[in-house]
Amino acid sequence: MDSALVMIQVLNGLQLGVLLFLLAAGLTLVFGIMDFINLAHGAFYMLGAFICATLALWLDSFLLAVLLAVPITFVIGVVVELGIARQLYQADHLEQILATFGLILIADTLVQMIWGPEGLTFALPEILNGQVRLFYDVEFPVYRILIISAGLLVALALYLVVSHTRIGMLIRAGASNRRMVEALGVDIRMLFTLVFAAGAAMAGLAGLMIAPITEASIGMGNEILIVAFVVIVIGGIGSVQGAFLGAMLVGLIDTLGRSFLDDFLRLFLSHQAAETSAPAISAMLIYILMAVILTFRPQGLFGVRSS
Amino acid sequence: MIKKFIRGALALMILVLPGVGSAESVKIGFVTTLTTGAAVIGNDMRDAVNLAVEDLNGKMGGLDIEVIFADDGFKPETGKQVTDKLVKSDDVDFVAGYIWSHVLLASQKSVLNADKFLISANAGPSQLAGKLCHRDFFSTSWQNDQTPMAMGAVLSQRGVSKLYVMAPNYAAGKNMVAGVERTFKGEIVGKDLTKWGKDAQLDFSAELAKAKASGAEALFVFYPGKAGGAFMKQYEQAGLADKLPLYTVFTVDAISLPKLQQANMKAVLGSLTTGFWGPGLKNPQNARFVEGFLKKFGRYPSFYAAQSYDSIFLINSAVEAVGGDLQDRDGMRAAMEKADFPSVRGSFSYGANHFPIQNFYLLEVVADGNGNWTTEIRSTVFENHQDTYVADCRL
Repeated sequence: MDSALVMIQVLNGLQLGVLLFLLAAGLTLVFGIMDFINLAHGAFYMLGAFICATLALWLDSFLLAVLLAVPITFVIGVVVELGIARQLYQADHLEQILATFGLILIADTLVQMIWGPEGLTFALPEILNGQVRLFYDVEFPVYRILIISAGLLVALALYLVVSHTRIGMLIRAGASNRRMVEALGVDIRMLFTLVFAAGAAMAGLAGLMIAPITEASIGMGNEILIVAFVVIVIGGIGSVQGAFLGAMLVGLIDTLGRSFLDDFLRLFLSHQAAETSAPAISAMLIYILMAVILTFRPQGLFGVRSS
Repeated sequence: MIKKFIRGALALMILVLPGVGSAESVKIGFVTTLTTGAAVIGNDMRDAVNLAVEDLNGKMGGLDIEVIFADDGFKPETGKQVTDKLVKSDDVDFVAGYIWSHVLLASQKSVLNADKFLISANAGPSQLAGKLCHRDFFSTSWQNDQTPMAMGAVLSQRGVSKLYVMAPNYAAGKNMVAGVERTFKGEIVGKDLTKWGKDAQLDFSAELAKAKASGAEALFVFYPGKAGGAFMKQYEQAGLADKLPLYTVFTVDAISLPKLQQANMKAVLGSLTTGFWGPGLKNPQNARFVEGFLKKFGRYPSFYAAQSYDSIFLINSAVEAVGGDLQDRDGMRAAMEKADFPSVRGSFSYGANHFPIQNFYLLEVVADGNGNWTTEIRSTVFENHQDTYVADCRL
């Protein structure tokens, strides 16, 4: 196996990992602090992508589009929290799932009505469209490096906020014992709105960063949301560090599995059998990982709440 | 007063009850994808069907044409459900459409066991061309392997000796890979089958990195629908455009090209693909179809649209041949077997498995006179080509 290729695939895995982290961070906080299962979290991912694509085509500037699209998804997050999500915190999980599943259908149909079924695509600026030589014969797309850096920066910022600020302290306290925080006189409703909208903005950022690579398309959020749920189950619900570690693990295992599993299986299977079984097994790898972790640590790697 | 009421009620009954007072109609169920990102293909097919009905003035053999569209949701189980409904509760005479091979395979029994005609306007799985072939099944497209077989021949002719292959992991993806492997004479240095369906893999970074490192001289891919656009962008971003020439089937088409043009993905201009049809193919029916489509919808029709347009004209030839007597199924079948209708691909004949025996062309992506990106025929790769699975068909 050639080391340059392994290196590139590790970078590809990291890139998938940071996208998953941006999605999972909001999901895990909302789930952990408000005990709210939000299946419609992926809608913010989709909206971020569509809004950014529209702005990029309209303003002819990717940078401006990103700078505008993230606050817009934040505002949408605030509106959805105040208008819809807030009514559901007291409901049980089944009702939350039904209601947020309904939200998915509404969001998908709204997008189809506004932008049509064919999705949106836009070009990256020239400087982001090229390749960069990392060293000797390792070349990697500039834009993917940008995604990794942006994701890591957000992760670092989130870590600093959560573990070194007063708001972060309240978030952590809320995740481990919500009643107690309320009893101490904190305006928990404000905190909920903030966390929900920040989660929406991060999901939107993930969506708009992937849009120039794939495209903005209907249902794109639902596809990745299942994997994001796997990430938070692995990492432990309510834990941002857990979401980060889980996302990196899932990103790397999925990418490396897709890249090298057939070569690996060829060591002890026939050529034909390895070729046909590798795609199936690599699609299952992350779920196998989740099952193994749940067996040994049912609360996840960094589980904060002992249920 | 009472008389008036009765007269009114009778008039209302005539309006409401089907079949009372109005001519009998030919009912055609058309199954395609009208939701999810793949709806863009389904909409193209629906537009073509509506155009065909209009061009036939809404009549076949003196009967009104009634088309019922149904959405398969890109899922085999939903496709089978809506097919069952068309066959059982709508009692259609023909079921046509089907973009996806796995959806068609899941649905075919519901139609064929109920003694209805099944016309595939796109999917051409090897099973239906071989062991599962049926006297009431007809295709107005191709068998999946044929188009990639033409591409394999092109690659060999152009002296490519090492090839990397990528396709989605489902029935048609496997057929496409089998097709190119059958005619390509060089070595296949790598192959990736990626996840497909409603949650298909759209980020091909890992696969493209492997392809780049594999030492291949060319890259063959099959990514229909929205995956095609996503693939093309990443191919360009990975810096492969001048290193690893791209050869595609069913990936760069009238559906992905406008979006690629909007995003200014110039790498796609000049890339090669193969197919049974192109908008510039010279014959009267095709000129009528492409002009009519451009005029009505303001965009080029895709090959999906072309095949759908043909499916309505094939059905028309059957209904005309029996003078609108829909009970004469043998007469309709015999008429369809002759392939005696104006096809957008020019004249062709049916093989024993009811798949077309037809030409395949090499197409290049170019900008037309108005600057719109489209595909143009460069040469004929196969003349009167028949699929290989017909040998397994016992009809």
